[in-house]
Amino acid sequence: MANLTRKKRPVTRILHWTIFLGVIGCVPVIFGGNAYYMYVATLIGIYIITSMGLNFTLGYTGQISLGHAAFMGLGAYTVALMTLNGYSFWLALPLGVLITFVAGLALGLPSLRVKHHYLALVTLGFGTVIYLLFSNEYEITGGFSGLPGIPRPSFFGLDLSSDIAFYFLVAAFLVLLTGIALWILNSRWGRAFKAIRENDMRAEMVGVSLLTYKLLAFAIGAAYAGIAGGLLAPLMKFVDPTSFPVHESFWFLIMLIIGGSGRFEGPFVGAIVVMLLPQFLRGTQQLYFVIFAAITLILLIFWPGGLTSLLDVFFRRVLRRNPPQFTK
Amino acid sequence: MFIQLVVSGIAIGAIYALVAIGFTLLWQASRTVNFAQGDFLTVSAVLMFIFVCLGVPFIWALLITVVIAAVLLGFVVKKAIIQPLIDRSHTTIIVATIALSFLASNSVATFWSAQCRAFPQIFGMTPYRFGSIALSRQNVWTIIIAISLILAINLFIQRTKPGKAMQAVAQNREAAKVLGINISRVTTMVFVMNAVIVVFAAMLIAPVFMVRFDMGAQLGLKAFYSAAIGGFNQIRGALLGGFLVGIIETFSSAYLSTEYREAFVLVVLIAVILIRKEGLLGTEEQ
Repeated sequence: MANLTRKKRPVTRILHWTIFLGVIGCVPVIFGGNAYYMYVATLIGIYIITSMGLNFTLGYTGQISLGHAAFMGLGAYTVALMTLNGYSFWLALPLGVLITFVAGLALGLPSLRVKHHYLALVTLGFGTVIYLLFSNEYEITGGFSGLPGIPRPSFFGLDLSSDIAFYFLVAAFLVLLTGIALWILNSRWGRAFKAIRENDMRAEMVGVSLLTYKLLAFAIGAAYAGIAGGLLAPLMKFVDPTSFPVHESFWFLIMLIIGGSGRFEGPFVGAIVVMLLPQFLRGTQQLYFVIFAAITLILLIFWPGGLTSLLDVFFRRVLRRNPPQFTK
Repeated sequence: MFIQLVVSGIAIGAIYALVAIGFTLLWQASRTVNFAQGDFLTVSAVLMFIFVCLGVPFIWALLITVVIAAVLLGFVVKKAIIQPLIDRSHTTIIVATIALSFLASNSVATFWSAQCRAFPQIFGMTPYRFGSIALSRQNVWTIIIAISLILAINLFIQRTKPGKAMQAVAQNREAAKVLGINISRVTTMVFVMNAVIVVFAAMLIAPVFMVRFDMGAQLGLKAFYSAAIGGFNQIRGALLGGFLVGIIETFSSAYLSTEYREAFVLVVLIAVILIRKEGLLGTEEQ
């Protein structure tokens, strides 16, 4: 978390943005010829957006959401149903975001009145119900056959249906949402979020309204997942309930913890590592789940700051600027 | 039909109640919300199944599983995972148990089998007949065993010295520490106790559900709902919650809709949280 409370020098900030934009720009240059690599890169972008949302909820205000897969599903189905019925993507996506934001508020309000583990419970139940709705209301959602043939959008006449063009659309959203996240975190809201995470009783005493800000962080997290879902539908050109089962939400949690929860770089590191490692190893999906769950437990116990904190320590030792420090 | 439904509702409710009691015990002793509870159940069922397949008589398979579960799911989990995290936020422990749940269920799928297997019908198949009513052996024995276990747990907590120490820790950790109770040891004991309870629940549920790597997920969730509906900090709350969830689920899937039976329980849960946030029988916590 040191990275956020400390004011960065403008040079460092410009350097970070240059690297960020540079990496985004280089990917299609290197992998542009391979449709599968472009697909994985786009998917990583979408998962970074979801984890960034979860970072608001878990990382900055210390609440658990097990409904992020369901929020993503809501966004995806909204975009799928509207674009299939001839409405524009640019109308469908904001609507999907609105729906997930309101769903976040509606879920958070009853559960935040009580203890925090109720939020975990209620979001888990919400995930189950949304999954049931997707699979059983087949007149609308197509049930397990899903909804095929979702069109990719165009932007003021610019056709975005090719893999590389769609990658750039997702990248543009990623940059935009990263900027918005930075802006929120450095604003009054962000300071309130951090105050709540550090010590909620103290925060309340100095006048931060706990309920309002926790609710806000939860709903923003939900909305980010909604956008990610709205981008996932046209990427896959297909949605079905099996993309959004309850354990997918566990997966996002694991992604964030591995990257570093409550750290701005956490979602980026987490999504990239979790998505790329299976590309190099060969094995069943369940084996990755075992590996990543074990890594998560080890990191939680020994390095709660995740891989980002390990990288921090590594760079400091290499640059010999500060003595290594682990944040507990 | 009505009576059969009541009996099967009570039978499944008794299993939920057992698992939920384990939940509330863990919560009271260490403020741990164990999201891996259902997967503990899966692991126990798989172990028992493996021993039965090796030709071990059932009662021995059960005993061996109890010992392994007590060590692995009780002692080791407490010492290796919960102990280092116990002074951090509740959220950290919740995330850790979620990771543990992922680890357990996927280890079963990877290293044992991802297929489902039929567990032997340990109670026999021919139903008991009382006049015109036929009750399945499975249900009758589930109710008998679960209720005797619950009574035994209650006796242990009320009458024995370690049980009283558990109560003291649950009511006030600081005061218990001042009185010379070794809190860490009591917590370890509760984890072991929970593991043993879970093995018995697994024995009761496995003949009904198939043995499969994800068999525990729904069950753990239902037990969690039961604990929250009845009251997280009361054993009788877990008991009431378990039976309520079992009966609501059985009746709503018989008369209303099988697809949405999970949803009905959730609606009841949210209603309870809105009206009486500490649960039906729960008490306010500091």
